[in-house]
Amino acid sequence: MPHSPLAEALRGGGWLGDTRAQMSFGPFLLLAVLEGTVMAAVLALTAVGLSLVFGVMRVVNVAHGELYMLGAVIAWFVTFYLPLPPAMGWLAALIIAPLLVAAIAALMDTLILKRLNYDPEATIVATIGLLYMLQQAALTFYGPDARPVVAPFQWRIQLPWFGYSGYKLFVVAAALAILLAVWLFMTRTKAGLVMRATQVDRETAQAFGINVDRVYAGTFALGGALAAAAAVLIVPIQQAHYLMGHDPLLLSFIVVIIGGLGSIRGTLVAALVIGLSDGIISMFFSPTLAKIIATLLVALVLVFRPQGLFGARA
Amino acid sequence: MLRVEGITAGYGPVTVLRDLSFQAQPGQVTCIMGRNGAGKSTLMRAIMGLVPVQSGQILLGDAALHTLPAHKVPLHGVAYVPQGRRLFGPLTVAENIDVGLLTRKKGLHRREFVLDLFPRLRERLDQVASTLSGGEQQMLAIARALCLEPQVLLLDEPSEGLQPSMISLIRETVLRLRETGLATLLVEQRVDTVLRIADKVAFMAHGRVEHVAERADLTADSTLFQQFVGV
Ligand SMILES: Nc1ncnc2c1ncn2[C@@H]1O[C@H](COP(=O)(O)OP(=O)(O)OP(=O)(O)O)[C@@H](O)[C@H]1O
Ligand SMILES: [Mg+2]
Repeated sequence: MPHSPLAEALRGGGWLGDTRAQMSFGPFLLLAVLEGTVMAAVLALTAVGLSLVFGVMRVVNVAHGELYMLGAVIAWFVTFYLPLPPAMGWLAALIIAPLLVAAIAALMDTLILKRLNYDPEATIVATIGLLYMLQQAALTFYGPDARPVVAPFQWRIQLPWFGYSGYKLFVVAAALAILLAVWLFMTRTKAGLVMRATQVDRETAQAFGINVDRVYAGTFALGGALAAAAAVLIVPIQQAHYLMGHDPLLLSFIVVIIGGLGSIRGTLVAALVIGLSDGIISMFFSPTLAKIIATLLVALVLVFRPQGLFGARA
Repeated sequence: MLRVEGITAGYGPVTVLRDLSFQAQPGQVTCIMGRNGAGKSTLMRAIMGLVPVQSGQILLGDAALHTLPAHKVPLHGVAYVPQGRRLFGPLTVAENIDVGLLTRKKGLHRREFVLDLFPRLRERLDQVASTLSGGEQQMLAIARALCLEPQVLLLDEPSEGLQPSMISLIRETVLRLRETGLATLLVEQRVDTVLRIADKVAFMAHGRVEHVAERADLTADSTLFQQFVGV
């Protein structure tokens, strides 16, 4: 498996190499857990987006990682071209990028997926095509370079053993807030009820006045917006690059399969497990081992509990 | 009045309904009988816009239902209780009722009405629908449909798999609703139920309504039942 730029960036790049030797086990574990938590939080956002789309529409969106990449690239454009101080620019990106990506996703749904009648196999092939189209579009209009986005603030929290990025902790809090909002939306609002009813039985939903086309476009847009929001949170830690969508896609799939396709609760638990174990194993051993274990875990789940840890039996 | 005029409908290349016509009057229970596979459920789904109508028309008052996308049909006052109930299983009783109320601007009054009709549902508002008993599930399916305050109610074999006391409860509910001027279309296989509540019976075979009988002309030993239902 290729070395993960996402995980690498989350881990703080080369900076860790120096610290590792000087730190004793306890603080080192704490650092690993912190890094794992940041990873888990961002992963939960992308995976919930993927899971919602699959749950409601039965579409496996292979281009999900590219929507994430688009979010990061748009964040770069916004912060680069809007004459705002870093904090305001980043905040603007956090609003603009998810909205733009949601609009692009809704368009993808209406122009392509809907015309394929949401056939499970055809949509996989179509989203693979979209993956390359979006990637090439980014390469053409944004270029091959990785470009940084300045973090909205630069605080460091000084722990007794090491200093830690305040922004990374903010990322965790922000991801949790977004996930809470999604949960409230799904369980407490009319639109959420409409989405859940459509997920259960799209035909009967129509008999109660639900416009399934609109629900699908909205769900795909929401999935894209979540990926984009995750990217805007990550982009001050990692740089925006046209190939950055691969890893989040792979990890999101791992999380969604382990958690159970379409189960939001399972997705959250699995994101925490994968994020934390990835953070810890990568630090103590190697990132490659972490990916090997995650992949093994997926294989085990597929063999012994194909519906996922929390998924309903089909 | 619901008028189905010469419709042909089916699934892809398979034609199930061929040149089928009949009418359902307000304040009447129109029963539909026919053997398994005769196309009774397909007819219901065609009225709901869930099966494309290739020719013919379905009219309700001024509205041409067959020209509408499926989600617009309930806006014209047509409510549907599908065969096998098709509740939103993982959702609670209250949420299933909320789905029924989606097309209504102010649903509170209607919600009280359906919960008064089935007090057992009121006791179980937070229970997940899939854990209800068969009878309770059928009550919920009917309650959910009645939330629309429909002019036309389509009931597809509501008594399937239920015990006698539950069947008579549903029968009484249908009769009470008839009083309110509702046009009810009831797919029903039991001759005794049909004889008790039908105003009119449409017998289906080969994808068409082959015969329509008035209630007054039917008795339990009518040859029509033997011919079309095989009892
Ligand atoms: N989704 C479908 N695709 C293809 N054919 C279908 C589909 N649904 C039903 N049919 C066919 O249409 C015909 C009529 O089915 P329908 O369900 O309308 O019968 P029914 O009269 O309701 O029978 P039952 O008494 O068993 O409920 C059957 O031959 C059935 O196999
Ligand atoms: Mg049937």
